[in-house]
Amino acid sequence: MQSSIRTPYDRVVMAVPVTIPYVRYSIESAQWWIGHALKALVDGAGITPRDIDGFCVSSFTAGLDSGIGLTQHFGLCVRWIDTIPLGGASAIAALRRAARAVQAGDARIVACVAGDTNHVDSFRYTLENFSRFNQDAVYPYGAGGANASFALIARNYMRTFGAKREDFGKIAVAQRSNALRNPNALMKAPLSIEQYMSARPIADPIHLFDCVMPCAGAEAFLVMGEDVAASLNLPAARILATIERHNAFGDDPVQVRGGWAMDVDELYAMAGVKPDDLDFVETYDDYPVISMMQFEDLGFCRKGEGPDFVRQHDLTIDGSFPHNTSGGQLSVGQAGAGGAYLGVVEALRQVLGQAGPTQVRDARVGLASGFGMINYDRGLASGAAILAGPDA
Amino acid sequence: MIEPIAKPRRKNPLQRTRLPTSPARARSRASHGFTRAAAEGRFMLQRCGACGTFCYPARDACLACLSAELAFTDAPRRGTLLSETTLHVPADVHFRERAPWRIGLVAMECGPTLVTHLHADCEEGGPVVMSFQLDKSGQAVAFAHPEREPPNMTDDRQWREMTADPKFRRVLVTNGRSIVGQEVVAALKTAGASIVFVGVAEPWKPFRGEDALRAMAGVEIVPLDIGDEKSVADLAADIGGKVDILVNTTEHVRAGGLLDRQGTSVVRDEIDQSYLGFVHLAQAFGPAMRMRGSDGVNSAAAWVNILSVYALANWPVFGAYSASQAACLSLSHCLRAELRPGGVKVVNVFTGPLDIEWFQTVPPPKVAPRAVANAIVSALRRGVEDVFVGDVAEDIRQRLAANPKAVERELGA
Repeated sequence: MQSSIRTPYDRVVMAVPVTIPYVRYSIESAQWWIGHALKALVDGAGITPRDIDGFCVSSFTAGLDSGIGLTQHFGLCVRWIDTIPLGGASAIAALRRAARAVQAGDARIVACVAGDTNHVDSFRYTLENFSRFNQDAVYPYGAGGANASFALIARNYMRTFGAKREDFGKIAVAQRSNALRNPNALMKAPLSIEQYMSARPIADPIHLFDCVMPCAGAEAFLVMGEDVAASLNLPAARILATIERHNAFGDDPVQVRGGWAMDVDELYAMAGVKPDDLDFVETYDDYPVISMMQFEDLGFCRKGEGPDFVRQHDLTIDGSFPHNTSGGQLSVGQAGAGGAYLGVVEALRQVLGQAGPTQVRDARVGLASGFGMINYDRGLASGAAILAGPDA
Repeated sequence: MIEPIAKPRRKNPLQRTRLPTSPARARSRASHGFTRAAAEGRFMLQRCGACGTFCYPARDACLACLSAELAFTDAPRRGTLLSETTLHVPADVHFRERAPWRIGLVAMECGPTLVTHLHADCEEGGPVVMSFQLDKSGQAVAFAHPEREPPNMTDDRQWREMTADPKFRRVLVTNGRSIVGQEVVAALKTAGASIVFVGVAEPWKPFRGEDALRAMAGVEIVPLDIGDEKSVADLAADIGGKVDILVNTTEHVRAGGLLDRQGTSVVRDEIDQSYLGFVHLAQAFGPAMRMRGSDGVNSAAAWVNILSVYALANWPVFGAYSASQAACLSLSHCLRAELRPGGVKVVNVFTGPLDIEWFQTVPPPKVAPRAVANAIVSALRRGVEDVFVGDVAEDIRQRLAANPKAVERELGA
C-alpha cells in the first residue's frame, strides 16, 4: 500500500448529522430550507448561532444569494465562508475545506449546509441554466438534465463491460428495501426487480427507477475541533481520509470512470484502511450505473467487474456489502445540492451509531462519495471521504 | 431503413393547428461559429492555431494549450457513433411533443466528442458523417448521417425537422413570367412539391414559356402583381393558409447608377417592385407561415429570396439596382428574425449576373437560370440559409471576406 504525504485531519471531527425531511414540491424558498437546517444544527449541538464562526453552503435554488448574502439572512457573523457550487460533489468538498479551516484555526465551528427547494418549475429552470457547454451543446438536443447524458454513458458501459439492466436493477431494488426502513425516504412502496424491469423508458437504457426524484430538502453537519466537540458533549466522527478530483480522464471519448480512479490509492493510504475494512459504503447514486462505476473506481473490484460484483453481493443494510443504507437519492429523493450531502450525513450517522432503523450493525468505518456537474457529456467533479466513529 | 413518408391528406378544417414550439435557442457568442457554418452548409470546428487541437463545444481558450487562437475552420466530418439513446420523456415542450427522439455521442476522428442528433440509419459502433444544421430555433446543432446514403434518406423524421424539403410541400413562386421563375417551378415539381402556385401579373399578356407552364401537372397559375398591395393581399386571402414554401422570383433589373439617370422614376420602380413587393408579400403571407411552422409533413418551412450578390457590395454599373437589392437583403434579416418563432427558414440565394435579357451587355461568366433553380432546391433539401450561386457570387463572397474596401474600389473602377 502506498503511503500518503498529506497532513492527516488530526483533532478535527464531524458532528450533528441533520436532515430536514424532504417533500416532493415545496412552495418555500431555498432559504427556508437552509434556515431550518441551521436551526437543527444549533439545537442539536446545544449552541447559539453566534457560536458558528464558519459557514459553507451549497444550493442550486437560492437565487441571487451566495453564502455571504445568507449570513445576513440568518444573522451569522463568521470569519470563514465558502459557497460550493459543485453539485453532487459539494458535500465532500465542503467537508475537506471546513476540516482544513478548523485544523488551521481559521474557524472553530463550521456549519456545512446544503438546501434546495423544488417549485413546480425549479427543475426545468435549473436544467436550462446549468452551464455554458450544456446550454450550447446539450440542452438544444432535448437532452437537458442528466437523463440523456447518463443514458449515453450507461449504454456504452453496458456494451463495453457486459452490464445488464438487471444488474442496475439489483442496486435500485436493494436501495428501495433500505429506504423502507428510513421514515424520511419519499419512496414508501416496495420495489421488485420485475417492477424495475417493466418500468417505462425515459431515455434508453435509463428507465423510471434508474432516475432520482427531484424534491425539496436540506442536509447539514458541523465540523469542529475534537476538543470543542468534547466540551459540548457531542458524539463525533473522525475524518480518516478524503480525495477530490475534477475533470479527470478528459481524453476518454465517453465516461467509463470517474476521478476517484485517479486518487483511490491515496484515499486508502491516508486512511490506513483497505476497502475490505469498510463496514458500509454510501456512493453518489444519481443513477445506478454511477454507483456501479464507483464500486470499481473506489477499489472494491477492478474496472469492468462492477456487474459481477453486484451479482455477488447483497447490497442491503444487513447484507454482505451494505450500500446506500438510507435508500440513497434513488429512493429518498434528490434535494438539489442536498443530494450531495445525503450519503455523507448518513455515513456520519452510521459511524456514530445514530442511524436508527437503517443502522448497520457495529458500523465503525465507512465511505461516502460525491459526484457531480454534468457540464457537457460527463460528470466532472468527484470526491470521497472515509469516516470513523468514536469506537473505531 | 427509413420508410418513405406518405403524402399528407387534406387537412381537417375542424382540427386546431398546432402552434410551433422551439428547441432551446440560447447560445454563447463563440458558439455562433457553428451557426455560421450551418447557414452555409459547412462543417467547421474550432482549431487551435498554436497546437492544432480541434475543440468542441465552442470555447475561448484551447483545452490543450490555453491559446486564444481558436479559429473556426473546416474540419473532417467523419466519426464513430459511440453510444445512442432514445429520449422518451424530454424535459422541454418542443422535444416532448416529438418524442421518441434519438441522440448520440460521436467521437470525431479529429478528436472531440459531439452530442448530436441522429439520422435513423446511424448504427451504434458504426461510422457516421457529421454536419451542422439549423434547427427550428434557427440555431446550429450537430447532426450525424450514415456513411453511405440509404434509400429515402431525406424522409427521415429527425432530418426533415432540420430542412425545408419541397417533397409534399405546397409552394408559391411569385413570378412565372421570368425564365428563372419557370425553372424554379420545374425544379420544385421534380423535387416532389405537391403543388406549385405560380404568380403571373396581368395574365392576359402572353409570355415566353407560358404554354409549357400551363401544361405542367400540379402547377396552378394565379394572378399576382407584387407591386400592388391589393393583388398580394387577395392572393393571400385565397391560398395563404396553404403556402409552405414561398420563392420570391421577382426580377426587376435596370442598368444605371445615379448621375446618368434623370429623375427618380426608374429608381422608384426598382424600389416598388423589389423592396415594396417584398414588403407586400411578407405582410400578406408571413403571419400565416409563422403560425404553420409545426403543421405536420407539409408545415410551413421556408421563404426564399433570390438576391443579387451586389446586395453585399454596390456595383455602380447597376448601382440603383444594387441598392434595391441591399434593401431587400436587410429586410430579409428582419423577416428571418420574425419568422424564427415559427421555425420557418429564410433562405437567401445570392447570384451573380444571370444569363437573361437584362444583363445582355455583361460579359460572362453568367448564371444559368436553371442553376439558380437547382441551388434553391438543394438549399431547401440541405436546410441551409445562405447560398452563393455561380463563379461571380463566390468570387465576391471571398473578396469581401478578405478586404471589403478592395471590393468597393474595384467594382467602382
